[in-house]
Amino acid sequence: MIAEIGLFALILALFVAAVQSSVPLIGAARGDSAWMSVDRPAALALFGLVGLSFGALMWLHVTSDFSVLNVVENSAVSKPMLYKVAGVWGNHEGSMMLWTFILVLYGLAVSLFGRALPPGLRARALAVQGMIAFAFILFILLTSNPFTRVNPAPPDGNGLNPVLQDPGLSFHPPFLYLGYVGFSMAFSFAIAALIEGRVDAAWARWVRPWTLVAWCALTLGVAMGMWWSYYTLGWGGYWAWDPVENASLMPWLAGTALLHSAIVAEKRDTLKSWTIFLAIITFSLSLLGTFLVRSGILTSVHSFANDPRRGLFILILLATFTGGSLTLYAVRAPALKGGTIFSPISREGGLLINNILLSTAAGTVLLGTLYPLFADALGLGKVSVGPPYYNLVIAPLAIALFLVMAIGSLMSWKRGNLKGALRKLRAAAAAAAVTFILTLVIAGLSARSLWASLGLGLAVWLLAGTLVEWAGRVGLFQRPLAETLRKALRVPRSAYGMTISHLGLAIVLIGIIGSTAWRTEYLDVMRPGDTASIAGYEVKFIRVDDGVQGPNYVATRGLFTVAKDDRLVAELHPERRTFTAPEQTLSNVAIHSSVGGDIYAVLSDPSEGGYIVRIYHNPVVPWLFLGAILMVLGGGVSLTDRRHRIGAPLRGLGVSLRPRPVATPGAAVPAE
Amino acid sequence: MRQAVKLRFAAPIAVFALLFGFLAYRLFLVQQGFTPDLIPSVLINKQAPQFALSPLFANEPGFRTTDLKGKVTVVNFFASWCVPCREEHNYLSKIAKVPGIEVVGIAYKDRPQDASMWLAELGDPYKTVAVDPEGKTGIDFGVYGVPESYLIDKRGIIRFKQTGPLTPDVIDQRLIPLANRLNRS
Repeated sequence: MIAEIGLFALILALFVAAVQSSVPLIGAARGDSAWMSVDRPAALALFGLVGLSFGALMWLHVTSDFSVLNVVENSAVSKPMLYKVAGVWGNHEGSMMLWTFILVLYGLAVSLFGRALPPGLRARALAVQGMIAFAFILFILLTSNPFTRVNPAPPDGNGLNPVLQDPGLSFHPPFLYLGYVGFSMAFSFAIAALIEGRVDAAWARWVRPWTLVAWCALTLGVAMGMWWSYYTLGWGGYWAWDPVENASLMPWLAGTALLHSAIVAEKRDTLKSWTIFLAIITFSLSLLGTFLVRSGILTSVHSFANDPRRGLFILILLATFTGGSLTLYAVRAPALKGGTIFSPISREGGLLINNILLSTAAGTVLLGTLYPLFADALGLGKVSVGPPYYNLVIAPLAIALFLVMAIGSLMSWKRGNLKGALRKLRAAAAAAAVTFILTLVIAGLSARSLWASLGLGLAVWLLAGTLVEWAGRVGLFQRPLAETLRKALRVPRSAYGMTISHLGLAIVLIGIIGSTAWRTEYLDVMRPGDTASIAGYEVKFIRVDDGVQGPNYVATRGLFTVAKDDRLVAELHPERRTFTAPEQTLSNVAIHSSVGGDIYAVLSDPSEGGYIVRIYHNPVVPWLFLGAILMVLGGGVSLTDRRHRIGAPLRGLGVSLRPRPVATPGAAVPAE
Repeated sequence: MRQAVKLRFAAPIAVFALLFGFLAYRLFLVQQGFTPDLIPSVLINKQAPQFALSPLFANEPGFRTTDLKGKVTVVNFFASWCVPCREEHNYLSKIAKVPGIEVVGIAYKDRPQDASMWLAELGDPYKTVAVDPEGKTGIDFGVYGVPESYLIDKRGIIRFKQTGPLTPDVIDQRLIPLANRLNRS
């Protein structure tokens, strides 16, 4: 019964989406406010119906209703409750349901917070959201129905792949999708603006916080994915340039560019058609990622059950949305009023360079992901694109980006003072140089340490540069402390957001560089009583306990002690778990984290009376994840800025927008 | 001048159209049964290329063309940096258990210490493991990307190629039946 309710609600939702994508659009074209005002109730109803359907699917999973094929294939009675919930989106059908649910959630947000938006803009944007929802619901109904019954119902299901039974991964897809789908907001508003033929600062003011929300969620989602890959796959790394990882990186890069160009669009009323273009590209890359992962044209570890029929549908979808929007862009963008021309030596100039570098990086990753296919089709021979390609092409872009970041944030709007900025950065440059030389001296001269020193130098450059910018803003060491404190309190939250996020990125870079350049590995057969020395630690294998009972697995648990200078640092319990459904053996990594790095132990197969044991020392890996959290935190702080609060500047008693100060040429614009 | 400005805005859709056409073409191929896992090799039913590779483990003999004679061999190109290889690895031991099939691994464009580390972690299903650090033998075989596997008959003729990971379906329905047939002949 529940399954039928879910399916029925989804079918109804399809019709509501059809209404939402047509009626408000026609209304806006005709200037008919009654038709336009269908948008908000429609979005509300769509949310209710998709929510009901999604809730039904979750109910089926939680109660282990094995008369439903999706539950049989992905669940088992013995599966812990957390994974019964998370298992909903651990498969193709359920993940598409989650995708759609998050989409309508954003639609609901427009409906709730967008009351004071210009009705035409809102009606058109919600209509575009409705079209996306329509397409995805149709996709689910035609190719990926999660409510299919199975008769007779089996007594138990096949269970969820044990690799996916992990708390980190349970919340990875929701955040990732909140990010991907969140960019649909910028996309829908970009299309609405193109139809209207007008992009004003109010547009950018609305799009910016939503892009920030999506960006924060995507950053967190990607970081969680890396974290999961790091501590469950047991290979000691966190990023492998796999097509699916790239699929999440491309929208992240484009979204980061969008985030920054939206600032220029809002503050300086320029770069508008570029911002529109980026909004289209960012969401298109999210769709492209969906296509690549599910169509079967690429092989990847993360691939969902591939089905060319689904691939065709998503390709048509991609053609409709990306092709349609780019055509609209080609037709309407030339008519958009161009912004003011600005000097390259200015904050907007710096942000433009940031945009060029980030979009080039996104393009590079796209090329690398598709290159084996292109090369094969063009008969250029057999190519495999691996980490060497990405390291080679991303490195120069990243170096340039980090260099510009510190300088750009010190520039004022309109006309920056490059010399002045560089003068302020002397301390940062000195710190970077000292880091570079010190690292080289300590690590010894080699190609690897040269790169690593360069990377660390860059990280310190950005770290110090960001602090210099903040210090200059609050007048640290130049004015009395009391005044500095008072100023520090008055600095806008969005500026703090930038400071925190940029610091976070610098810390992420330190984590990446440190963990790739100075990772040490130990691998041998160990018997209880043996000791391994790695990176100054003594790791002693004490014993193994067999038959440790887990909720749905039996484990062999090793006990290791980690000591440094004869002092006990930690106990590690790596396990080999044999799961019951599906039957599979998996290593469960044990990690001891500290600021300096991780001791990472994996217990492998028994061999020669002992066990094959791998121990890694991964220096500064926690910095990577800490930095990522800081980046998200920075985004969050920026969101709490009074002027960014979603809808806040638009709300009020009046129907129209409150007049806002727009930077007029010649007027002094405060540096921000 | 005006025209140039307009073309600039139309460039993205042109690029996208090309990309779309390409993706549609690839998808069409996939639907025709030409999946990336099943790229037909020009070498099918031809003699395997000449090669002589050094062993991964010092105490082993290495692997050369003449070693193929007289037995049915599965040559599996893998690399420690290759993520899909992990997915495939479990299934290789299953093939190794079938009597009359020798599974040989070639570490493709990989550092020997990384490859041995990888095998120690995931288990070593191979009869012999050889190294192809420059990927030269891989090029002779027409390796498209790792993992890639070749089924070679007793006379050293390539009979089947799998691009991408071997899946249980491919192993049970194609590889093992074909190997058994080749063994009988």
